[in-house]
Amino acid sequence: MNYQFDFGAVFERAPELLWATLGTFGLAFAGMALALVIGVVGVIGRTSPNKIVRAPVIAFVEIVRNTPFLVQIFYIYFALPLMGIRLNPTATAIIALGINGGAYAIEIIRGGVESIGKGQVEAGYALGLHKADVFRLIVLKPALRAIYPSLTSQFIMLTLTTSVCTSIAAYELTSAAQRIESDTFRSFEVYFLVTGIYLVISTVMMGIFALISRRYFSYPTR
Amino acid sequence: MTASDNTQSMLISLEKVEKWYGAFHALKDINLTVRKGEKIVLCGPSGSGKSTLIRCINVLETIEGGRITVGGRVLDGSSKAVDAIRREVGMVFQSFNLFTHMTVLQNCALAPMRVRGMSRAEAETLARKYLERVRILDQADKYPAQLSGGQQQRVAIARALCLEPKIMLFDEPTSALDPEMVKEVLDTMISLARDGMTMICVTHEMGFARQVADRVIFMASGEIIEEAEPDVFFTSPKHERTKTFLGEILAHH
Amino acid sequence: MGPIGANEFLFILQGLKWTALLAIIGFIGGGVFGILIAVTRVSKSAAARAIAAAYIGLFQGTPLLMQLFVVYYGVALVGINVSAWLAVAIAFTLHASAFLGEIWRGSIQAVPKGQTEAANALGLHYVSRMKDVILPQALKISMPATIGFLVQLIKGTSLAAIVGFIELARAGQIISNQTYRPLLVFGIVGTIYFIICWPLSHFGTALEKRMAKAAR
Repeated sequence: MNYQFDFGAVFERAPELLWATLGTFGLAFAGMALALVIGVVGVIGRTSPNKIVRAPVIAFVEIVRNTPFLVQIFYIYFALPLMGIRLNPTATAIIALGINGGAYAIEIIRGGVESIGKGQVEAGYALGLHKADVFRLIVLKPALRAIYPSLTSQFIMLTLTTSVCTSIAAYELTSAAQRIESDTFRSFEVYFLVTGIYLVISTVMMGIFALISRRYFSYPTR
Repeated sequence: MTASDNTQSMLISLEKVEKWYGAFHALKDINLTVRKGEKIVLCGPSGSGKSTLIRCINVLETIEGGRITVGGRVLDGSSKAVDAIRREVGMVFQSFNLFTHMTVLQNCALAPMRVRGMSRAEAETLARKYLERVRILDQADKYPAQLSGGQQQRVAIARALCLEPKIMLFDEPTSALDPEMVKEVLDTMISLARDGMTMICVTHEMGFARQVADRVIFMASGEIIEEAEPDVFFTSPKHERTKTFLGEILAHH
Repeated sequence: MGPIGANEFLFILQGLKWTALLAIIGFIGGGVFGILIAVTRVSKSAAARAIAAAYIGLFQGTPLLMQLFVVYYGVALVGINVSAWLAVAIAFTLHASAFLGEIWRGSIQAVPKGQTEAANALGLHYVSRMKDVILPQALKISMPATIGFLVQLIKGTSLAAIVGFIELARAGQIISNQTYRPLLVFGIVGTIYFIICWPLSHFGTALEKRMAKAAR
């Protein structure tokens, strides 16, 4: 092995990488926010007694979960302009991430709400609480606790998925890496380093989520 | 007894109540009045409609026909009537249904704060009073999952009492308990009865019925089959179905 | 705009062949190494457990696309002259081994403790205890999650397109560029993925429901 590693050329571009890291965060947070909105609205539709409301939501979930994100983002990238919506690649990426994450969020949230026993809700009504109070005081916290692990790991997964947004040249870490690679030809060094950055991001996110969980959901259930 | 006496002392009345689950006729022409301070035990085989009946009283179930009056207020389907009635009626469930994410004290203080508009301090004082009443105050800061079934059920009773209701409904309160815990819950219920609480209990605890009930009502297939004072009910039941049922129940005890 | 004729469709199906091959190799290779990872992850040695945990954490904490890039260029650096195809296959195998290892670790630990105790009481040694008693039960428990990961893996092979490897998604991209009919082409490509993934997902969920019912 006579290859000389040279990280120097990559380190020179550190500011660019840091800005791009913020771009990745931006994509992840905006995408997740949109996913949560789609998730909550979708769950209302998914649990509707009306089949005409339920069916499109089920179809949406199944289609998104059984096709690659890469194909979804290409499709959206080309479909939006045809619908008269002109967005830059980064905004397009957020929409694609939100739609992708939303489909998973629907199923996660549905599971959480279904995990709350009917008895808990009835006990709330029997005590004279109103529907809004029953939801806010009795259903919400246990439901959040039930969905928290899956929802946060989904968030981390969505954050890692933002790297695919390089395919439409959104502003984020992987596209920055590709740019630096084509300038410096230090392919391995760039990707190795950027992989490290992603690892730090996901590890920190995991740590923060665990901390929040200990703080807010630490009541015993059995 | 004058008519006005009669309406004053009458806390609950069900007139010609009908309840359907789809095609299943759950309650058929139910007529029942409960006076203030009366203790009623409802029994019958599973699926006979006894739980459904008491769930209709605090509107956990809606009825398809007839009329239910609680404390002089007709259950007319309005949310105002529902609120008023649930405030007067405490309910204890078979599976306790304590809120798992709240401590014992929080469970008890919730309704006084949210429904009766008390401050946290007032509500907690009240909660402590009733936790003391069911002799479980020492567990006030624990979570439901840390208590035994019997303890949880006593907390559930305290939680319902915190509404300071005029009527208590018990839906098979001891059926989910291990045998050694049944007594602590029954003792709590007996002491409540001695204090003059109006109670409707769905239960198969015939010892409790003998000791506490003013009337025992036997239901089967959604109908009230027989209604009598405990002495009469246990010693000389009139209907064949009651006799069969009593035979089965008492054989186990 | 150009038409989508038999030639274009055939080209896409050629891509499908590579997608299928990548997924199969990744799944089988990842399965073999995955068992090793899982067993290491529950071994008696704390050091071995930590190494397996780090390996799993590395692959679960970084984007698959980055893993492809690093392995793709890393393999070339080591001086082995391998084809792009082999490099990508290695990357998917490593990726799958980490995820399957973690899934199977969970399943091994979900096998009731009494099974290990009974095996010990019968005097079975480690290999037999694992091979004959624990792993078959763990495999059954893991089926829904394993199938779920297979779907993830099939979808994940599409990222080989970004490294330049011509599989289903990349084939679609090329045809899309030639014919200027992106929605039609990606619609077809997406449908093909769906036809493969949906029955698998469905099977996995049905299995999970059946097992949940049996457990009750």
